[in-house]
Amino acid sequence: MSRLITRRRLITGLGYTTIAGAFGGLAVSSDFRDLVLKGGETLAYNTHRLVGRDALVREYSEAEMSPDFRTNGNTSGSTDEWKAAQASGFADWKLKVSGLVAQPGQFGLEALKSMPSRTQITRHDCVEGWSAIGKWTGVPLSALLDRVRPNPNAKYVVFRCADRFGLSLYYESIDMVDAYHPQTILAYGMNDQDLPVGHGAPIRLRVERQLGYKNAKYIMEIELVESLAGIGGGKGGFWEDRGYEWYAGI
Amino acid sequence: MSAAPIAGYSESEGGLAEEKDLRETGKHGETVYRHSTGTRLWHWTTVATFVIMLMSGLMIFNAHPRLYWGQYGANPDYAWLEIGNEDARGYLRVGNVDVTTTGVLGVWTSRDGELQAQAFPWWATIPSTYSLARARLWHLTFAWVLAVGMFVYLVGSALGPHRRDLLPVNRELSPGHVWQDIKNHARLRFPKGEAAARYNILQKLTYLAVLLVLFPGIILTGFTMSPNLNAKLPILLDLFGGRQSARSLHFIFAFGLVGFVAIHLIMVVLAGPINEIRSMVTGWFRLPKEDRS
Repeated sequence: MSRLITRRRLITGLGYTTIAGAFGGLAVSSDFRDLVLKGGETLAYNTHRLVGRDALVREYSEAEMSPDFRTNGNTSGSTDEWKAAQASGFADWKLKVSGLVAQPGQFGLEALKSMPSRTQITRHDCVEGWSAIGKWTGVPLSALLDRVRPNPNAKYVVFRCADRFGLSLYYESIDMVDAYHPQTILAYGMNDQDLPVGHGAPIRLRVERQLGYKNAKYIMEIELVESLAGIGGGKGGFWEDRGYEWYAGI
Repeated sequence: MSAAPIAGYSESEGGLAEEKDLRETGKHGETVYRHSTGTRLWHWTTVATFVIMLMSGLMIFNAHPRLYWGQYGANPDYAWLEIGNEDARGYLRVGNVDVTTTGVLGVWTSRDGELQAQAFPWWATIPSTYSLARARLWHLTFAWVLAVGMFVYLVGSALGPHRRDLLPVNRELSPGHVWQDIKNHARLRFPKGEAAARYNILQKLTYLAVLLVLFPGIILTGFTMSPNLNAKLPILLDLFGGRQSARSLHFIFAFGLVGFVAIHLIMVVLAGPINEIRSMVTGWFRLPKEDRS
C-alpha cells in the first residue's frame, strides 16, 4: 500500500512540477514563450490539413449578403504601375506569373475572364473579428496554375500587390492545398460588378478558408516558390512579418 | 447518511482500501482523500489556462469591440453590444442602454499615465499593450491546452468514478431538497462532518452547468469562428446561428465563466480557504467539526 501511495505522490509531484515549470517558464523566459506560442499555429495547420483537407466553405444566398461590405486593409493601390493601369481602366494591366513554373506568362483581364469562371457568395472574416458576406466572381486559381504548370518543387504561391502600408508593398502567400482548392479564386468581380478599387481592383485573392488578411488585393504578380525565406521579412506575408500567423485558418 | 462516495476517491486498489478506512472513520476533524490526482492537476492547469484565455481574449476583443447577431456583422451593421469612446468619455452600450465607463472601459490610463482609447484596460489584457497578433498567439495556443484538458477530464469523469461525485441522485433533485440547499447557502450554513466532503446539490448543478454547458459552449463557439473549421463542421454555423452569433455567445460564455469563478472563490473563502485550497493541492480535506449547538 505504501508503495502505491509513493507512486501516486510521484505522479502528483511530476504533474505539479510540469505545471509550475511550464507556466513559470512562460512568465520568465521570452525565448520559451516564443517557442510555446508557435504551438497553436503549428497544431492548427497540421490538423486542418490532416482532416477534411478539401472541405468547402458554406456558400450563402443573395438574401444573406451584407447590405454594406466594408473594405479591409488598404483601399487603393499605390505603385506608379498600378496607378497607370487604373487610369486606363486596367485595359493594359497584366498579371505576371513567374517562379517555379514550366510556362511563365502574363495575363490581361480579358485573358483571365476568358478562362473558366466561378461565382460564390461567401463570408469574409477579418482577423479583428468582423464578418461580411459578398459575392465574388473570378477565375479559379487552379485554372491559372494549370496554364503555367507549376514544377513539382513549388510549395507556395506568393502574391505581390500594388498596395502599401508605409513603405512596404503588401504581399501574401498560401500553400498548394489552398491554391488548388475549388473556392480559391482570383476575383475580378464583386456583387455582379467589376471589382471596385476599394476591394482590390483589378483582381484580389479569395482564399475562403482563411482570414481577411490572406485575401491579397491589387495583385500584380504571382510567383511560385519552394521557400518563403528571402521574400519580404521571410514569414510569407506583410502581416506575418509583423507577428500574425502565416496560417490564418482560425 | 447515504453511502455516496467521497469525491475523487478511487485510484489504485491500495489507495482505495486506505481511503475507505478513512471514510469510515472520517467523522469530524478527520482528513479524507477528496480530490484525485487527475482532478487536481486538471484544476490548476485550467486555472492558469483560463486566466490566459480570458485576458488574451479581452485583447482580441479590443481589436473590434462590437458584437453582432447573425452570420455577418461589421462596422456598418447594428451591434447589440459596443465598448467605445467619444471625446474623452468611455462607454459600454448594450442595446439602447449606454453606461459611462471612463477609466475602466473605452477610455483609461495606461501604466505610463497616457490616456488610451481601447475597450478593455491594460491590467485586464494579455499582452498589456495593444497587440492583436500576440494576443492571438496566446489565445490560439492555450485553446489547445484548455480543449484537450477539458476533453480528457470530461471523458475521464464520465467513464470513471468521478461521475458519481458530480451527478445528482434522484433524492437530491426533489424541490424540497433543492430549496433546503438554497436556504442553507443563503444562511451561509455549510455542511459539516462527512457531508462536507461531498458536493451538495447546488454545487453539483453548478459544476455540471460549467462542465457541460459553459466550457463546451465556449470551445465550440471558438471553433465556429474559424473559417477553416466552418468548412469542416458547417453544422456549427447552424447550431449557433452564424459566425457573429457564435462570437457573441463566446463572449457571453466567457463572462458566465468569470461569474462562476467569482462565486467559486467566494465559496472557498466562506467554507474555509486553507482547508479548501489544501484539498485541491494535496487531495486531503479535513472534515469540518459538526456543529451540535
